[in-house]
Amino acid sequence: MGMLSFLSGRSFPRGITPPGRKAQTRTEPIRRLSFAPRMVLPLTQHFGKPARPLVQRGQEVVRGEPIAEADGWHSVPLHAPVTGSVEGIELMPTARGPKTEAILLRTHPGDSQTVRWAQPQDLGALSRRQLLETIQAAGIVGQGGASFPSHLKFDVPEGRAVDTLVVNGCECEPYLSADHRTMIERTEDVLAGVRLGMQALGAPQAVIGVEDDKPDAIAALEGAIEPGEPIRVGILRAKYPQGSEKMLVRSLLGREVPSGGLPYEVGVVVNNVGTMAQLGYLLPRGEALIERIITVAGPGVERPGNYRVPVGTPLRYLLEEVGFEGDDPSRIILGGPMMGNTVAFLDVPVTKGVSGVLVMPEAAQAGEGREAQPKPCIRCGRCVEVCPVGLNPAELGRLAAKRQYEVMEERFHLNDCFECGCCSYVCPSDIPLVQYFRIAKALNRERAS
Amino acid sequence: MAPRIELKTSPHIKQADSVERIMRTVVLALLPVCAFSVYQFGLSALALMATTTLTCVLTEQLFNRLSGRPSTIGDFSAVITGLLLALTLPPAFPLWMAAVSAFVAIALGKALFGGLGYNPFNPALLGRAFAAAAFPEAASTWTQAGLPERFSELLPSTLAMPFMRPESVDAYTTATPLAEWKFEGGIATDTWALFTGMTPGSAGETSALLILVCGLFLIARNAMNWRVPVAVLGSAALTAGGFYLLDPGHFPSPLFVLFSGGLMLGAFFMASDMSSSPVTPAGIWIYGALIGFLAVIIRFFGGLPEGIMYAILLGNAAVPLIERIAQPRLYGLRRGRSG
Ligand code: SF4
Ligand code: SF4
Repeated sequence: MGMLSFLSGRSFPRGITPPGRKAQTRTEPIRRLSFAPRMVLPLTQHFGKPARPLVQRGQEVVRGEPIAEADGWHSVPLHAPVTGSVEGIELMPTARGPKTEAILLRTHPGDSQTVRWAQPQDLGALSRRQLLETIQAAGIVGQGGASFPSHLKFDVPEGRAVDTLVVNGCECEPYLSADHRTMIERTEDVLAGVRLGMQALGAPQAVIGVEDDKPDAIAALEGAIEPGEPIRVGILRAKYPQGSEKMLVRSLLGREVPSGGLPYEVGVVVNNVGTMAQLGYLLPRGEALIERIITVAGPGVERPGNYRVPVGTPLRYLLEEVGFEGDDPSRIILGGPMMGNTVAFLDVPVTKGVSGVLVMPEAAQAGEGREAQPKPCIRCGRCVEVCPVGLNPAELGRLAAKRQYEVMEERFHLNDCFECGCCSYVCPSDIPLVQYFRIAKALNRERAS
Repeated sequence: MAPRIELKTSPHIKQADSVERIMRTVVLALLPVCAFSVYQFGLSALALMATTTLTCVLTEQLFNRLSGRPSTIGDFSAVITGLLLALTLPPAFPLWMAAVSAFVAIALGKALFGGLGYNPFNPALLGRAFAAAAFPEAASTWTQAGLPERFSELLPSTLAMPFMRPESVDAYTTATPLAEWKFEGGIATDTWALFTGMTPGSAGETSALLILVCGLFLIARNAMNWRVPVAVLGSAALTAGGFYLLDPGHFPSPLFVLFSGGLMLGAFFMASDMSSSPVTPAGIWIYGALIGFLAVIIRFFGGLPEGIMYAILLGNAAVPLIERIAQPRLYGLRRGRSG
């Protein structure tokens, strides 16, 4: 590995290079998905407090209108993705299993579904705080998967100067190409968002990290940056997990975020290109986040591609539209294959943080995803060679088997593991290392509380 | 009844590789070395390999039965132990002694600790050390390579009866190049002969070139950590080079040191045993360097002509200690604001 590094982009040490499997979708222009007859909008689609409903059963709403308000600063509002009527507010299943409150909308079939609700503002005249409030009012959350409210990300604690806005255009997860298409087709929106992000942070410069397997995206961005503008594209090696916040900061700037800390502690805030495109498109128009770009791919999908999907579209509807027949939820992954999870039911909606919907082949396909019995660790050291954080997964796995969870945390830095899955990916003994680490962390948390 | 909810957690893809494939690759890489040994030493070498391999596999199976574990012979690791053991023994080693040593290798070297992955020492070397202790004479009686009748008849000692000492057959025996240097004070073999391998020695320790090629194959197939041979050979060359510079009249050249005896085989196929070497890259550098250094020191100053076996066993023993100091560098310590 590493030996050819001078030929390609910069990178953090270690990590893995799984097959990209992006050919199915990377050249497909973004298409619009049709509007489902019924939309499901959970009040919690973000990291933080649930939104508070503003509508009642039977009420008519227009596309773009707020239907739930933020409950305080650590919350974001929700907007109607379609013109239609409120069917009710009910407990609905979520991707992870437990039911939560959601607003149900019936789509008006004959409606043209243009956005009918907008409050444009002169953004240049806003103070930093006012800009953050505008971002919150637009209901924007991180589009990369974590669903962290964007205004909170930009709300850096008093006295902490951020010198660089880092933008994540790596898309290092296999199969996904939504960010790739966004950078090519919505280059201006991305850059407008980056400029707004710099304004919100008071950051003097921005770097957009893109992997070297996306030369067209790199060219598009570089072509659209104004001469002399303090925004640059950082070319990075295509490698997983290049797009994780901490690795990205290391690869682009040579800085390392301290253990347990956040990027602003080294003067950086990291955002996804998808989020930047939303910011750059929505804010000047005074509109809100009601749809997003999603890669739908995987064996068994008849029309794979990148779709502009209204938030709240039921997964079952989406899968039917792309020509997938089958109803085994354990084959459907939300997000990428390295860090995404399968769903509990097909009757769950697409939410603001879903970057991909992948249909994985039936279990036990050749090589990938094989579900074998774990065997004893042969101490091959491969997991150690790939862990981007510099942990010793072999030792952690050995301790987990002996239930020495405290030792894992105290002596082997368990809490620095961000569950990227590289160790499990390479283990020839099929030891479910990450799964062990999740359990160990959960038990340690339980014990501490 | 509530429907069954099945959630699978990430990652959902896996590299297509397995313990079996790694071990099969090692066996494959050992086969040319074994074949060359048969070419050099004939039927006796073949019989020796068959005996040790069969005994290792049967012993592994026996212990699986005894402990009620599913069969593990499919992972080929017992085959590797058997072949490696044969390759370290003199070609004319009596078969019954070889069988006992092979049993010890698996029983004490592996099964006792819980099987593959748990053995702190390389099982083949443990078997070899046992052979040296239990059958000192047979374990250090070397045969000439390329005897004309090697394909038609077994060497007389091969079929020695159990618990009988084989009669010494001086007509066939000879000194290895290392023993020659050590006990007779001179190097009669030229380096090229050592490199290509037509010299006396244990069944598999003779052709440096072949071992190098097979080792590189293993590295290319990601079945061995390349750091192990690099560290062992590099450290051995540096140590030997240092002494050679001090007193070229007394010490052999580093090339002689690298290509003679079992250093190559040890570096590529023995020290690289995964279970008994460190898991961290930093640990492997230390471990390999220690082995290379000890191997040369034992050769130069110990009572034995060859030191690689004991050097590796000592290296194995040092692994827990090495791992205590050689953990990977944790992300999060570089704070620089420029880069
Ligand atoms: S899941 Fe954790 S331990 Fe495994 S490679 Fe990723 S960070 Fe390291
Ligand atoms: S990759 Fe698996 S078998 Fe290899 S050292 Fe790590 S845990 Fe052990």
